[in-house]
Amino acid sequence: MSNRMTNLLVPIVSVILGLLVGAVIMLVSGYNPLEGYAALWNGIFGDMYTIGETIRQITPYLLAGLAVAFAFRSGLFNIGVEGQLIVGWFAAAYVGVAVELPKIIHLPLAIIAAAVAGALWGFVPGLLKAKFHVHEVIITIMMNYIALHVTNALIRTVSDGGDRTENIFASASLRSEFLENLTEFSRLHLGIVLALVMVGVMWFILEKTTLGFELKAVGFNKNASQYAGMNVNKNIILAMVISGAFAGMAGAMEALGTFEYVSSKGGFTGIGFDGIAVALLGMNTPLGVIFGATLFGSLKYGALNMPNAAGIPIEIVEIVIAVIIFFVASGYIIRLLLLRASAKKKEAK
Amino acid sequence: MTKRKFGLGLSLMLAAGTMLAACGSEEDTSTGETGGGEEGTEEAADFSVAMVTDVGGVDDKSFNQSAWEGIQQFGEENGLEKGDGGFDYLQSASDADYNTNLNNLIRRDFDVVYGIGFLMEGAVAEIAEQQPEAQIAIIDAVVDAPNVASVLFKEQEGAFLAGVAAALMTETNKIGFVGGMEIPVIERFEAGFLEGVATVDDTIEVDVQYTGAFDKAELGKTTANRMYSAGADIIFHAAGGTGNGVFTEAKERKEADPEANVWVIGVDADQYDEGQTGDANVTLTSVLKRVDTAVINISEQAMAGEFPGGETITYGLSDEGVGLADSRGAIPEDVMAQLEDYQQQVIDGDIVVPDTLQ
Repeated sequence: MSNRMTNLLVPIVSVILGLLVGAVIMLVSGYNPLEGYAALWNGIFGDMYTIGETIRQITPYLLAGLAVAFAFRSGLFNIGVEGQLIVGWFAAAYVGVAVELPKIIHLPLAIIAAAVAGALWGFVPGLLKAKFHVHEVIITIMMNYIALHVTNALIRTVSDGGDRTENIFASASLRSEFLENLTEFSRLHLGIVLALVMVGVMWFILEKTTLGFELKAVGFNKNASQYAGMNVNKNIILAMVISGAFAGMAGAMEALGTFEYVSSKGGFTGIGFDGIAVALLGMNTPLGVIFGATLFGSLKYGALNMPNAAGIPIEIVEIVIAVIIFFVASGYIIRLLLLRASAKKKEAK
Repeated sequence: MTKRKFGLGLSLMLAAGTMLAACGSEEDTSTGETGGGEEGTEEAADFSVAMVTDVGGVDDKSFNQSAWEGIQQFGEENGLEKGDGGFDYLQSASDADYNTNLNNLIRRDFDVVYGIGFLMEGAVAEIAEQQPEAQIAIIDAVVDAPNVASVLFKEQEGAFLAGVAAALMTETNKIGFVGGMEIPVIERFEAGFLEGVATVDDTIEVDVQYTGAFDKAELGKTTANRMYSAGADIIFHAAGGTGNGVFTEAKERKEADPEANVWVIGVDADQYDEGQTGDANVTLTSVLKRVDTAVINISEQAMAGEFPGGETITYGLSDEGVGLADSRGAIPEDVMAQLEDYQQQVIDGDIVVPDTLQ
């Protein structure tokens, strides 16, 4: 079997396997898998509304995935995307409600506020890692909790003891009438454009700039980079700051597009944690993140339709979705199996 | 050898999968026909209701479940069946799902769609504007739109009675309050509870703790552990799933020492079953929040063509929207008599329970 064939076959086989095992799970629990998958398909591509909502769901995953991937490329494990996203969400919403400005200033200002807040939340672990060699995983996990409860307290203060802010001014909103009309009032917003631009930005930084070269070098081997005369500490901090900025912008997508407000949360949103899987599925490359985010976003959103149209309980649906992602992620095993199978054939001949 | 086995296993799995998938489809087409064809045409009322849960889920032993029970009861009374044209629910996995779930139900032509919980305020406001024909009701929040009925409860009145009961029953003069998130709804519980305790005896110490979450039973358990260890003998929880941990802690103490004087006051639904451990029960009573009554009332009004769109309906002690659950003997007769006295005073307006903390 040629290499190209294997490359093509691996994802296809893994998706089919995932779907099959998912089908078995649905059957065992007494539900019709064909109906279930039809509902999943319709939940993703059924009509303009669902397509719009699917893309809306993909948008924050794209940015969260970029954030994780960017840190990974510099050898850092940024578990703090969740917290950086939450502070970004709050910052964007705050700028959105606190002042009213012309759209051309207000919207960029809100997005920049989110990016800066996220960057700040990434700067702290970066600094501690660079200066004191504190492991970034510990710091970022703790920063998640700090973010969650600090923003909750801030929301209370801003809303005079309430549990959510007012809706942001239209001048800070990412929503567009054109997209809403196109998709029958889905919450699809212009954030997707920003997210895709950011995919390009990440690619550009990593592949076309000295900074990107240094970041990747530090990721490969810190000591060698230092020996080659790079400032490792500066690069670690920069990587966390840029990663945090991506994560903050993911929060801005929620604040300025999906919700148009921020409400106090009883727990994490999960987008930041899913971002880890998105980045790893995409092998930490910008293009791969698009793939990972699309898969995650579509399945997550489409799954909502399975209880709706096929009557399958959400718990079963979540297992099925997890199984599909599990198989896609274990592409390496399938590649190994395919290679062995083809080697067998040659032997037999 | 191992490779071959692996391959065999793989193909077996594939084969089994396809075969199973095939029989599954047959089985379903038949049930689908019988299920869908008959309902609606028989004596069943030509009316349908559905609800969207918040992230707590439909089996939260709290207000989502209570709402769903109300909808089921309404469905039974009117000969409806679960599914299109009858009654149904959708569960939300995250805040972002509310819009989609509400929209899905409206597209399936349910006559009234309920958004359960204050978390859904934003989503309901948005959908109501986009779908002016839809009739939506929201629990625990107010949405100002002509096609939305808002339902509020005077939680403070129910919690007030719980506070009175706790103050009359405590032996250590220490009482605990475990809240979920610091949001207006839970603060109404807290305000009412504190007022109730203080009305009886303002020297009683109430330890107020917020866990910051509605779904973290382990946090509820550690908080309860601290309170009981510090000498509290009664804990009132207004914390949804987190409160289940309070019950766990109380039950463990009761199991370790059957003489232990530990009590829990439940919330939203009658949580008597939660407190059962062997022959003993740690549930003193529960502060009922009759979301089910509200749901049934509004459904009936809507069926009669009088959907209270644009109105805010408040349920309190006087209309049995809130109250205390049957204590099943945990509260002695003389205390019950005093409770009834206080209840009457609240209903008559002689006692006005504050809805915010002073």
